[in-house]
Amino acid sequence: MSRRKGAPEVNAGSMADIAFLLLIFFLVTTTIETDAGLDRMLPPIEPPDTDVIIKQKNIFTVNINRSGQLLVEEQLMDIRDLRAAAIAFLDNGGSPTGTPDYCNYCKGKRDERSSDSPQKAIISLRNDRETQYSTYITVQNELVAAYNELRNREARRLFGRDFTEMESEYLNPETPSSVRDELKEKVQRIQEIFPQKLSEAETSKI
Amino acid sequence: MSKFAKKKDGDLPAVSTASLPDIVFMLLFFFMTVTTMKDSSLFVENILPNADQTKKLEKKDRVIYIYAGKPTQEYSKIFGEEPKIQLNDKFANVPEVGPYILSERAKKPQELQNVLTTALKVDRNANMGIVMDIKQELRKVNALKVNYTTYEGNAFANLQ
Repeated sequence: MSRRKGAPEVNAGSMADIAFLLLIFFLVTTTIETDAGLDRMLPPIEPPDTDVIIKQKNIFTVNINRSGQLLVEEQLMDIRDLRAAAIAFLDNGGSPTGTPDYCNYCKGKRDERSSDSPQKAIISLRNDRETQYSTYITVQNELVAAYNELRNREARRLFGRDFTEMESEYLNPETPSSVRDELKEKVQRIQEIFPQKLSEAETSKI
Repeated sequence: MSKFAKKKDGDLPAVSTASLPDIVFMLLFFFMTVTTMKDSSLFVENILPNADQTKKLEKKDRVIYIYAGKPTQEYSKIFGEEPKIQLNDKFANVPEVGPYILSERAKKPQELQNVLTTALKVDRNANMGIVMDIKQELRKVNALKVNYTTYEGNAFANLQ
């Protein structure tokens, strides 16, 4: 007679155990990936058709040797001074007033022997095959930091906020497209003011 | 005496655990949504260098990964101590990088094929030789956008 009362209730006591098991499985097999790194463009393999002549004073050479020492503009330098040296070079603005290359926002020394304007300034990075990868990344990081610092300065002057912040908001896919369009213009403006010209020549075999 | 015996009735009632599965399921779904499956196990040592001027790699579907570093202990007996390249689930030599990029690129949808980034996950103790070789291969197949994947942190810590 008691059967008529309906199906007996299923014991759900072990449900928690099963769910915990699943939870632990997912915790172990998955990772929360937060990949970040330094973005770089490699030069195309085909050389440009026309040879561009660049003045020696517009090139800032950085050499890393196999033991991780830096030779900047033919002089030995500590890696901690690299950022300041790169900023001084990029922000120099050596062209005199009135010339087309004159840089009206540069705050550098305006030394004639250094770069004409940020548009002309090129940083050339060379390294040895035996150079340690971490040293190379540190140097790359410092050079990018030099550009970012100058770009932030100009962005704060023109738009009242940091360039790096604007750029990461622009690149974030969750930003609404209306905001992105507005940011795109500002980001490109700053990128024109301080274009990132970092060349990596083929490794020297010496 | 009976006065003391009565106290036994006042025991704490058992806490209901009926909602425990719900809570655990909630956690489970949270982890299922915010995490991604590991797609390849690493055969190489892969302690990345630090950098602080990084950009986040958004949009995982546009990224091709290349690993490089010294083979881990169990593989170093077979492959030696020199840094090696790992593509997907196997060791590779330098000339295989180009075809790998091309085949990965062909797998992606048409509209993404031009905006792919190659993420280089290279061990901090590797030397630049292997990185230069990879870069040269990437240039040959016109995969020019690279990202040196790093950990977030003080870059000078790399020097020690």
